[in-house]
Amino acid sequence: MSKKQTLIVIGNGMVGHNFLETLVASDIKNNYNIVTFCEEKRPAYDRVHLSEYFSGKTAQDLSMVTEGFFENNNIKIHLGDKAVTIDKENNQITSAKGLTISYDKLVLATGSYPFVPPVEGHDRENCFVYRTIEDLENMAAAAKNAKVGAVVGGGLLGLEAAKALMDLELKTHVIQFSPRLMSAQLDAGGAQMLADKIEALGISVLASKNTQKIIDGTECKHKMLFADGTELETDIILFSAGIRPRDEIARISGIEVGSRGGIVIDNQCKTSDPDIYAIGECAVWNGQTFGLVAPGYNMGRIVVADLAGQAASFTGADMSTKLKLNGVDVASIGDAHANSQGALVYTYQNGADEIYKRLVVSADKKKLLGAVLVGDATGYGTLSQYYLNGIDLPENPDSLILPARSDESVGLGPDALPASAQICSCFDVTKGQICSAVEDGNHTLGALKECTKAATGCGGCSALLKSVLDCELAKSGFEVNTDICEHFAYTRQDLYNLIMVNEIKSFNDLLEKHGKGRGCEVCRQAVGSILASCWNDYILKTEHLGLQDTNDTFLANMQKDGTYSVVPRMTGGEVTPDGLIAIGQIAKKYKLYTKVTGGQRVDLFGARVDQLPLIWQELIDAGFESGHAYGKSLRTVKSCVGSTWCRFGIDDSVGLAVELENRYKGLRSPHKIKFAVSGCTRECAEAQSKDIGIIATEGGWNLYVCGNGGMKPRHGDLFATNLDKATLIQYIDRVLTFYSRTADRLQRTSVWMENMEGGLDYLKSVIIEDKLGLCADLEAQMQHVVDTYQCEWKTTIADESKLKRFRHFINSDKTDENILFVEERGQIRPANEEERLHLAVAEEA
Amino acid sequence: MSHWIDICSVEDLQPDSGVCALVEDKQVAIFYMPKENAVYALNNYDPFGKIHVLSRGLLGDIKGEPMVASPLYKQHFSLITGVCFEDASVAVDVYAIHIKNNRVEVSLGE
Repeated sequence: MSKKQTLIVIGNGMVGHNFLETLVASDIKNNYNIVTFCEEKRPAYDRVHLSEYFSGKTAQDLSMVTEGFFENNNIKIHLGDKAVTIDKENNQITSAKGLTISYDKLVLATGSYPFVPPVEGHDRENCFVYRTIEDLENMAAAAKNAKVGAVVGGGLLGLEAAKALMDLELKTHVIQFSPRLMSAQLDAGGAQMLADKIEALGISVLASKNTQKIIDGTECKHKMLFADGTELETDIILFSAGIRPRDEIARISGIEVGSRGGIVIDNQCKTSDPDIYAIGECAVWNGQTFGLVAPGYNMGRIVVADLAGQAASFTGADMSTKLKLNGVDVASIGDAHANSQGALVYTYQNGADEIYKRLVVSADKKKLLGAVLVGDATGYGTLSQYYLNGIDLPENPDSLILPARSDESVGLGPDALPASAQICSCFDVTKGQICSAVEDGNHTLGALKECTKAATGCGGCSALLKSVLDCELAKSGFEVNTDICEHFAYTRQDLYNLIMVNEIKSFNDLLEKHGKGRGCEVCRQAVGSILASCWNDYILKTEHLGLQDTNDTFLANMQKDGTYSVVPRMTGGEVTPDGLIAIGQIAKKYKLYTKVTGGQRVDLFGARVDQLPLIWQELIDAGFESGHAYGKSLRTVKSCVGSTWCRFGIDDSVGLAVELENRYKGLRSPHKIKFAVSGCTRECAEAQSKDIGIIATEGGWNLYVCGNGGMKPRHGDLFATNLDKATLIQYIDRVLTFYSRTADRLQRTSVWMENMEGGLDYLKSVIIEDKLGLCADLEAQMQHVVDTYQCEWKTTIADESKLKRFRHFINSDKTDENILFVEERGQIRPANEEERLHLAVAEEA
Repeated sequence: MSHWIDICSVEDLQPDSGVCALVEDKQVAIFYMPKENAVYALNNYDPFGKIHVLSRGLLGDIKGEPMVASPLYKQHFSLITGVCFEDASVAVDVYAIHIKNNRVEVSLGE
């Protein structure tokens, strides 16, 4: 048995780490003792999604290292230590902490560093670069005492950094040296449209500005002086003026570097020393550096193949990019600047909708050479497939960027792609690999992601992945059983349509016509909810009685001991002192436990079923109505105090919350829904974690949709900005009705959105652009629900015959003697088992 | 020989739903399916949640066998045998019940 060789990887960034993962998954992992150096104090994390740190992700969330990765694979990692020199003659490296280790093979994955222009004052306090988690932590700390922020550099990363400053609630400026944004990717038309959109978000764009000096400001911490004589005051400056390869270790160790920096590599990613490889942003191949992760991952795969003695070579990389900034779609593919010989250009510019699209095609109009998309990047997946796979363009290539007309279909179905087509560029997964994984029984998106890793990098290919999956499943005749239960061979959406179209008003009628058996708790409740969404009948009507679970039947929430909790509505969290006193008196009279809920209301616990009508009679007399805390329905609209009281409030969040809660109260939906309204971007109402979130801005209301708290939290997506109230309500009407019609049973809005083909963009096209021509219908249905609202408790109490059900026994006035409470912190709580025994003994004695 | 105890009239029952009766100190859940003119009686005690709530569960059938789903943790119990569908080692007591002259009568069977 031959002795193991030592392989050292310098750098544990995204590329270095991906290389380690590729290596340990390969057959040659046992040939090496693996050692890696990581200069930062934490191992590899996702730098591509760094800005999400500001929207709630933690360093832990961003980590790319699975638990126990280094230990389980016997990799020795030196964290917080930097390799500083290489002794090529003796095959040794030395670290900053003084370690000297011999290697047989060495891989340099040192990445890049942010370039800071040598402007006088660039090293002043609160001047940052945007590269590591520590940079972000420092920025966040500085932002606490800052009002204004400026980003130097209007490239991809600069715009992302600007979003981070916005998230930190700073007035934000982007300062660009060249006349346009994203000059590496966009042409002038695209850049202008992007600038307009960025400005509309409240970020000011200063182009053609050459920063010459940074000095003390008068209003703010700094004053930036520009070559054209203008100036700008700001508290924080972020430099994002491009990256440079980190090649210093190669430079001082006599390894060849390029004339403009970067460690020179050949097609096998070997440097000028045959035992040393370089991969990722530190490497220069054919005079080119690559500032994206996918080419770096590819280089890592080439090195593993080379070490294994297999033929493989690096042949350049696709630099297409797609990103979303504050909801602005931008994408660039291939030769966006039309530099190729004989290239022809098609441009589509739609000023009204702020969309710009440009197509660069070969002289014979057969092949796609490049594209630019701003404002609407839905075509990115299709276009990049045309580009990457050299697929022949349709007869009129402009049909690919012009708005779709009804008589032509321009989409490139997954069937048209060759098996070699690369679907996921981050992990180099081809359509062929996906198809065989589907054949092996991976029939869900989750299973496919897990076994092929596709769509687990930047996620840009997930829609395409889904369409390949669907297409494969359809082709193999595989049928997914989506029946709601054994009594109905239909999905919830089917049932909705049957009920709506045939105007079915009762469960028994539906069961007779379309189902079998007696039903069950699944279909009964689902149908109950659909009937309520469609017709908004009184929920305890005799024919609906058997459709409701105990919460809906007794209009209260059952707790663990069989008692119920009672939640009166407090619209927008508002309550008068008299109201509070009444609640207090009622709670005292019936000896209820009281607690403020997460939805800004007061919850009363420990009511026996027979007490519910009595308690509600008193609540109704005091002016309260049902809070619907028991239903799959609108629960609360949370709000901050808004402009009425708050020093920073921009608009009346309480007023709007009250109005919205009154509009949608009682609405039955597939899952419970919550709203929140914040009066400014400080977001005290936490609107972005709600199904419908609204935030006041200087320009109007910003609408977020499909967020949720709960078990699997998700931030809502920004759906529309600067809305007036009428439009806002119109959009919410449409979204909620569309959700009620199309979601699966018990499906949250967040999951509904995640499963929707086309996602947010599709939802926008249906709700905002009325793509399906449904909007008038959706609004009318919501209006019906609004117009037919009733307080279910009020109706129930007024009907003597309904009250009989609230007796514990049908044949006795006795109550359930098994319900026992003990006191804790001055209030009641259910007795636990031991306490129950104790209490029972005490009673007998 | 069965000893029938008069509980209530048929109008007191809830269609496709349950009510609870006190029968000689026992809590009895009574379920009524008017379409089949069927009544069923089980002990009201949920052996999983350890409280008396089965009468407030949802009715239906599993492969044709009528059942009630506990309102607490949703286990299903057969209305005919009282056996839990999820765990056959658990069962609740089943009582004889019938409708006679528009009155509901239960027998505890001792």
